[in-house]
Amino acid sequence: MASLSMKSVRKSYGAVEVIKGVDLDIADGEFVVVVGPSGCGKSPLLRMVAGLEEITAGTMEIGGRVVNDLEPKDRGIAMVFQSYALYPHKTVYDNMAFGLHIAKAPKAEVDAKVKKAAEILKLEPYLDRLPKQLSGGQRQRVAIGRAIVRNPEVFLFDEPLSNLDAALRVNTRAEIAKLHRDLGATMIYVTHDQVEAMTLADKIVVLEGGYAQQIGTPMELYHTPANLFVAGFIGSPKMNYIEVTVAEVSADGVKVAAPDIGEALLPIDPDKAAVGDRATLGIRPEDMRHGKTDGITVSGRVELVERLGHETLVEITTTNGLDLKGIIDGTTLISLGDTTDLSFAAASCHLFDSAGKALTRREVPEVVRARRGT
Amino acid sequence: MAGWLMAGPSLAILAIFLILPFFLAFGLSFTNQRLISPNPTEYVGMRNFESLLGVGTLTLEPLRGENGDLILEDGAPTYPRLRGYTRNNPDYPHLNGMREWISWTWGENRVYVLASDVVFMRALVNTFMFVLIVAPLQGALALGLALLVNQKLKGINAFRAIFFMPVVVSMVVVALLWRFIYDGQNGLLNTLLAFLTFGGFKPVDWLGNTSTAFGAMIAMSIWQAVGFHMVIWLSGLQTIPEHLYEAARIEGASRWQTFVHVTWPGLRNTAVLVLIVITMQAFALFTQVDVMTNGGPIDSTQSLVYQAVQRGYGQQDIAGGSAISVLLFLIVLSISLIQRYLTRERT
Repeated sequence: MASLSMKSVRKSYGAVEVIKGVDLDIADGEFVVVVGPSGCGKSPLLRMVAGLEEITAGTMEIGGRVVNDLEPKDRGIAMVFQSYALYPHKTVYDNMAFGLHIAKAPKAEVDAKVKKAAEILKLEPYLDRLPKQLSGGQRQRVAIGRAIVRNPEVFLFDEPLSNLDAALRVNTRAEIAKLHRDLGATMIYVTHDQVEAMTLADKIVVLEGGYAQQIGTPMELYHTPANLFVAGFIGSPKMNYIEVTVAEVSADGVKVAAPDIGEALLPIDPDKAAVGDRATLGIRPEDMRHGKTDGITVSGRVELVERLGHETLVEITTTNGLDLKGIIDGTTLISLGDTTDLSFAAASCHLFDSAGKALTRREVPEVVRARRGT
Repeated sequence: MAGWLMAGPSLAILAIFLILPFFLAFGLSFTNQRLISPNPTEYVGMRNFESLLGVGTLTLEPLRGENGDLILEDGAPTYPRLRGYTRNNPDYPHLNGMREWISWTWGENRVYVLASDVVFMRALVNTFMFVLIVAPLQGALALGLALLVNQKLKGINAFRAIFFMPVVVSMVVVALLWRFIYDGQNGLLNTLLAFLTFGGFKPVDWLGNTSTAFGAMIAMSIWQAVGFHMVIWLSGLQTIPEHLYEAARIEGASRWQTFVHVTWPGLRNTAVLVLIVITMQAFALFTQVDVMTNGGPIDSTQSLVYQAVQRGYGQQDIAGGSAISVLLFLIVLSISLIQRYLTRERT
C-alpha cells in the first residue's frame, strides 16, 4: 500500500500537450476517480502512473519513491484494462498466475495467491476455463484477479466497466467498491461516467483541457463546484445557467438581476463580487420546484416533458429565450405548450464570475462533509 | 436460374481448365495414353504407378575363390554384376528392369536398394528435401522480418516494400537473374565472396555442381517468397491487441517472454496458414528447375512437377506424367491433412 503524488506532471505527444501540469496527492488506501470528457487526457495520466507512457515533465512518486524512469513492473502497480487484456490462449488460472510465473515464483506460492484471488472474486469454478468461455463480467473479474495476484501498492483501473452492459456495470461497480474496502489498497480509477465517479470515489479529479479542474470528494464537487466546467460536468441533467448582473453587494450576500428572475439576493460571499459585474447563476434541475413555491420563480412555455415515473423532467423556454430544465414530482400534471412556473430557493444557487470561477456559497448542505460510506 | 446463367461462363471455364483436367489426370494415369500416338489407348491398371514406385532390395555376397577366400581387386572385395540379377534373371523376376538407387556395404556384403525409376526417386527425395528445408527456414525468416518491420519507425514502409519486392517479380525473371548471380565465372556471388575474402575464395560453379546446385536453388527460393510470408505474418502480428503487450509489460515480461506468451500464441492461425502455403508452394517446385538447371547436373535438382512435365510433354508420356501428378496430389493432400490434425484447435 502506498501514497502517490504528482507534481506538475505534463505529457506531450510531439507538439500537442495533452496534460498541462497536474498536481495530485493521493493518500495511502484512497480511492481516487479521474473523470473527464473524452480526450481530456485521463487515460494518458493513468498510463503515466503505470509507466506505459513516458512522463514529459514533472515528477511522479509512488510510496515516496520517484518512479519517472522506472519500468512498469518496478512501480508496484497493477492495471485493469478496459478491454480486460486477458491472454486469450491461457486459462483463467494461467492468466492470473502469469506475472508470478514469469518471475519464476515457487509453484506453491503461485497456487496460494491465485486461489486466494479467485476466492475473493468468486472465480474458483472457472479457473480451468479460457477467457472466451466467460461472460464479460467474469472476464473483468479475472482481469481484476490478475491485478490482485500482483499484490500491488496501487491499483489502476482504465474504464473497467465500459464494455459491460448496464446491469452488470452496477454489480461490478459494487464489487469494486467492496474490493477496495476489503483490500484497503490505493486505487486510481479512470472513467468518463460520473455515476461511477460519484459512487466509488473518496476523491474525484475532474480533468479537462489538460488541467485538474477540481479535486475533491463527490459531495464537494456536487455542492461546491469550483467552476462552470465542474458544475456542468457533475450532475445529470446538467446544471441550468442564467446570465445575471450583480446589482448589489452587501454583508447579506450578492443581489443579482436578470430579466427572467428580476432581482434576487443570494447567500454568496460578497468578497469577490462588485456591482455591475457580469456573472452566471447556476441552479441544478433537481433544485427546481413546480409552481411558485420557492423564492425565485421563472415562468415559460413547456418545451419538453419526460416522465420517468418517480420524477418528470421538464424544460421551459421563457419569453427572453432562456431554457431551463427542472426535475419535478412525477405525479405533476403538465403538458407541452403549457405556460408554467418553476421556482427555486436562493440558497440552492451557485454563482460564477465572468471567468467561470465559482464564488463561495454560504449555505452548503451538511452532507458536503460526507465521506464515502458515511 | 438467372444466377446460374450469370455464373455460367466462369463455371464453364473452371470446369474445362481445372475440374476436367483434374479428373482426366486420374483417369489417364491408369492408361498408356501418349501425347501423339497411332495406337488406341489401353487400360493398364496400376502399371504406371508400379513402374514409378517399384522398389526392391538386393544383398550380394562378395565373390569367393575356390578355397573360400575373398577375391580382392585393389584390396576391395568384388561382387557379382548387378545386371545379372536385374536383367531377365528368372530367379529374380521382381527386380527385372530395376536400377541401382542407393547402395552401401554391410559387413562383407553389399546392399542395394533398387528402383524401377531412379530419376523419379531422385525427384521425390529432392522435393521432400526442398519442402523440409524451405518450410521451416522460410517461415522463420519471414517471421523474423515481420517482427522487424512491425515497428513504429519512420520509413518502415520502405523496408516492407523492399522485402516484398522479389514477390512481385515473376519467378522466371528471378530465376534468370539468379543464374547470373550463381554464374561460375563472373557471378555476383563468386565476385562478392572473392572480394570479402581478399581473393582467397575459389570461384564455384554453383549451379553446375551436384553438391551445390540444389542448395543454391533452395537459397534462391527462400529469398524469393520470404517477403510474401512476411506480409502474412505481419497481418497476424497486427491483429494482436496492444493491450496484451502492455499487460505483459506491467507484469514484467522480458522481450522473449512476451514473444513466447503473447506474440506466438496470437500467431497460431497465421502459423498454420503460412506453414500450409509454404508447403504447397514448395511441393510445386518447377520454375526454378526449368529455368536454372533442367533438373541437372546428374539429376541433382530434379523435382516431381518437373518430372511430370518432362514425361508428359518432353517424352510425350501423358500417362506417366499424369501418374506423377496424381501421386503428388495424394502426397500434398495427406500432408495437409496431417498438418491440419497437428495444428487443430485443442479444447
